[in-house]
Amino acid sequence: MNFFAFQLAGAALRALPSGGLWWPGADLLCVSDLHLGKAERMARRGGPMLPPYEVRDTLGRLEQDLAATGAGTVICLGDSFDDLDAAHALPPAERAWLERLVAPRRWIWAEGNHDPDPVPFGGSHAAEVLRAPLVFRHIARPPGGDGAGTPDSGGALAEVSGHYHPKARVNLRSQRITRPCFLLDRKRLILPAYGTYTGGLFSHAAPLSALMDDPAVAILCGPAPCAVPMPR
Amino acid sequence: MSTLPPSFDDWFSRRGWSLHPHQQELLDRAAEPALLLIAPTGGGKTLAGFLPTLAELADGAHKGIHTLYVSPLKALAADIKRNLRTPVDEMGLPIRIEDRTGDTSATARKRQRADPPHILLTTPESLALLTSYEDAPRIFAGLSRVIVDEIHALAESKRGDQLMLALSRLQALAPEMRRVGLSATVEDPAAIAAYLARNPDPCAIVHADPGPDPDIAMLTTDERPPWSGGGGKYAIPAVLEQVRKHRTTLIFHNTRAQAEIFFHNLWLANDDDLPIGIHHGSLAREQRERVEAAMVAGDLRAIVATGSLDLGIDWGDVDLVIQVGAPKNVKRLVQRIGRANHRYNAPSKALLVPANRFEVVECVAALQAVKARDLDGDPRGPGPRDVLCQHIAIRACAGPFDAGELYAEVTSAGAYAGLTREAFDDCLNFVATGGYALRAYDRYQRLQQRPDGLWQLRDPRRARQIRMNIGTIIDTDMLKVRLRGRGGKPLGEVEEGFAATLTAGDTFLIGGRVVRYETLREMVVEVSPRADKEPRIATYMGTKFATSTQLSHRILEMFRSRDWAGLPAHTRDWLELQARVSHLPEADRILVESFTHDGRPHSCIYGFAGRNAMQTLGLLLTQRMEEMGLHPLGFVATDYATLIWGLEPLTDPAPLFAQGDLRAAFEDWLAGNAVMKRTFKSSAIIAGLIERNTPGARATGRQATFSSDILYDTLRRYDPDHLLLDITREEALRGLVDFGRIEELLARTHGRIDHVQAERVTPLAAPMLLEMGRVPVMGAARERLLAEEAAILLATAGLE
Repeated sequence: MNFFAFQLAGAALRALPSGGLWWPGADLLCVSDLHLGKAERMARRGGPMLPPYEVRDTLGRLEQDLAATGAGTVICLGDSFDDLDAAHALPPAERAWLERLVAPRRWIWAEGNHDPDPVPFGGSHAAEVLRAPLVFRHIARPPGGDGAGTPDSGGALAEVSGHYHPKARVNLRSQRITRPCFLLDRKRLILPAYGTYTGGLFSHAAPLSALMDDPAVAILCGPAPCAVPMPR
Repeated sequence: MSTLPPSFDDWFSRRGWSLHPHQQELLDRAAEPALLLIAPTGGGKTLAGFLPTLAELADGAHKGIHTLYVSPLKALAADIKRNLRTPVDEMGLPIRIEDRTGDTSATARKRQRADPPHILLTTPESLALLTSYEDAPRIFAGLSRVIVDEIHALAESKRGDQLMLALSRLQALAPEMRRVGLSATVEDPAAIAAYLARNPDPCAIVHADPGPDPDIAMLTTDERPPWSGGGGKYAIPAVLEQVRKHRTTLIFHNTRAQAEIFFHNLWLANDDDLPIGIHHGSLAREQRERVEAAMVAGDLRAIVATGSLDLGIDWGDVDLVIQVGAPKNVKRLVQRIGRANHRYNAPSKALLVPANRFEVVECVAALQAVKARDLDGDPRGPGPRDVLCQHIAIRACAGPFDAGELYAEVTSAGAYAGLTREAFDDCLNFVATGGYALRAYDRYQRLQQRPDGLWQLRDPRRARQIRMNIGTIIDTDMLKVRLRGRGGKPLGEVEEGFAATLTAGDTFLIGGRVVRYETLREMVVEVSPRADKEPRIATYMGTKFATSTQLSHRILEMFRSRDWAGLPAHTRDWLELQARVSHLPEADRILVESFTHDGRPHSCIYGFAGRNAMQTLGLLLTQRMEEMGLHPLGFVATDYATLIWGLEPLTDPAPLFAQGDLRAAFEDWLAGNAVMKRTFKSSAIIAGLIERNTPGARATGRQATFSSDILYDTLRRYDPDHLLLDITREEALRGLVDFGRIEELLARTHGRIDHVQAERVTPLAAPMLLEMGRVPVMGAARERLLAEEAAILLATAGLE
């Protein structure tokens, strides 16, 4: 599998083509913003009836990443479900599939703004996860603030988060391409959304520009992930 | 012969008018269920349509709505209202006339529903909305006539299909309703008649006197046309000269961007300060209305325009039409020429301005076709099912319905006469449940069947959402452009994709002025006026017309016959040079030229299948070249050729064109292709899978929305037989994909391929290098370039 290798606070990490983060040293795979059940939620709320296949598509890719990495630990970094009702409404086959993925490994559901409570598929639930030198949480803490747990508080910890669904645009000589991306600076990593039915926020949007130090890079997902200076 | 009430005769004789024969014939045959009038502009077409209505309403006995008038343009409805008022007021007829469009106030709409006027003037979308109300049966009770204006234009788009479905509904509510269609000159009147009439009612065709042949020629200029481009800038002095010589000139362009640039340059050269305006569909409504008003008042000497002026509105004093850029389509050219000289029986005067050297050839071919009265046009396909899906949802808003009755209504529309019950049920199922093989939404389905067998909305509140999304016009995502500052003046709109390429300080043209991009605020592009910098060009996808099959064949025939007397010397020389260093393209062979340019191998394929098909051919061929390891990087297509460049040279083109393979590749390629995805998106919006408008404001965080491409990919992978994919494949044979014309190309050339390896760029291929609209290939070469570019960017930034 192609990947892009980089360091964050001394941890050797790999950005996968799918948007997953693989940390071989900790035997840990992290994926963010799966948004499982999004189609069901939209239909439930009277919106359009989208093709009801996004759960199996997302799980299929996750299964491939698990097979390729053999990860012993998985962190789902929040917004794993589009809402808690969607989690409970998963059709039996998809529910069983998910449980099959969760069961043989250590699985941590970090809470997100869409899914703040525990979900019934095994694994454990946590507001955030500390694996020094990294702390995993759904929404990045802004710089400054009260300092507790922020990337620059103790100096040694770096933060891995999701939530924003970052994407970036690069101009090639005669063409432009837009892809979901990881955003990386010295102390912070923001993961792209892993779910099939997810859009993106451009790296040059104000919230992302404000969060990321200069210099920062955007690691583009795709067949061969590669890094460019983060477009601001 | 039927006679008019005496007050009409008096009014006619006071004006010194008498009825045209076709006006009399429409009166005489007013009782027939359907009539189609073919008449040139200015032939008293509108009056012919309305006279029977005015006569029937003259005694004041009719209560409620009598006649519905539908036109493709809001402005036309308003214009007709004005024009009808004159005879009605002067004869003192007791007739109430009102228009109803997207611009009509909510209060007026409410009043119209409670107490409909005798004559209601509207558009297909507003009519569809009216039929969605539960009180539609009461509104339309007593409806006696429907007049469809500019039906030739409506019949070319899904707006016409939506209209005809709405009429099928009205016919059920008002069984005595008669239909009248008003059309410009078309190549196949019988097809339009069958489109208009209730199937299988007959529809008589009435022809007005077509008038004298137009006075049409190519504009000769001292300066030669350039090798490529569509601007026609070289001809500006000659065009200004013509404007000076005429009262009012309409200057048509094929695209909005070209109209903008031409207008800009026209002003730079307009030393006499002649009053000249610009009009196109992306300008703010205020701007357009100002130009229209000035035109009606006779204050303008010229208007630079696009297709937005193709229709209807009577400009009165136009005495010259100039077409800049190849006309692409003879029928449209003839209709545009008809915009000049509305006085009956005076010849229309028109000049063609080829924008580049190749268009000289096309213009000469078009002139020959106009002289021969040889109009072109492609037969319509069956009624599109995405429009039918929307119609079913609209019908559900109006109240419970029986599926069998609705099917009978739908098949009474000519375009849907061949629709099977099974195909209808598929559409119904899609609207009700999403139509997925995996039945996931039974709890949430949109329509449900009641115990008595009727279908109804599961949640009546859905009706609001459905009504907000009525319509079949799919614009590319456009962003509004405003002058910066509080209450900044709206200027128009640009495509979101273009706006995304702008950075602060960039300049572009809109509404004929140069503006500077400042910022993007709440999805509005804010600009400031700026005149000191060369503008970049605003791009509009708009509709790109492809040169018609018939016109392409005329051009190839001109190459073959070597009958070049009509061509200027510079163009003859160019073609002769091409014949010497390579070949001239032939109708029954595919010419491929390969050469190296700028250090990269290029191949130019001459197919003469029209822009859309040549674009699709580019996508197909580059995919096959990708498979062959030639690393294509991109291509550009025109109406006559496709130029491909890549990392490796093409040595043997024959395998690229193996017909069966190409068709199979087409099926495969449908997969990842951008044009196909755009086609899918349009159908998904029309059919109601994607909602453009939702109650409440536009979502602010863009990460909440995701691309329709994802839906397309998901359906292809997990539900390949889904109705919307089937509709997308059907659409792909025409329109943007236009695979039908690739099939025509393959059939006429039948594997006969000439490959010329040239030492340098050939004369015919040279202009292709300057063409805009290059399409990148999403292949391995792209990943390679991306990796290279990323390394350069990182190194430049001092990272790693």
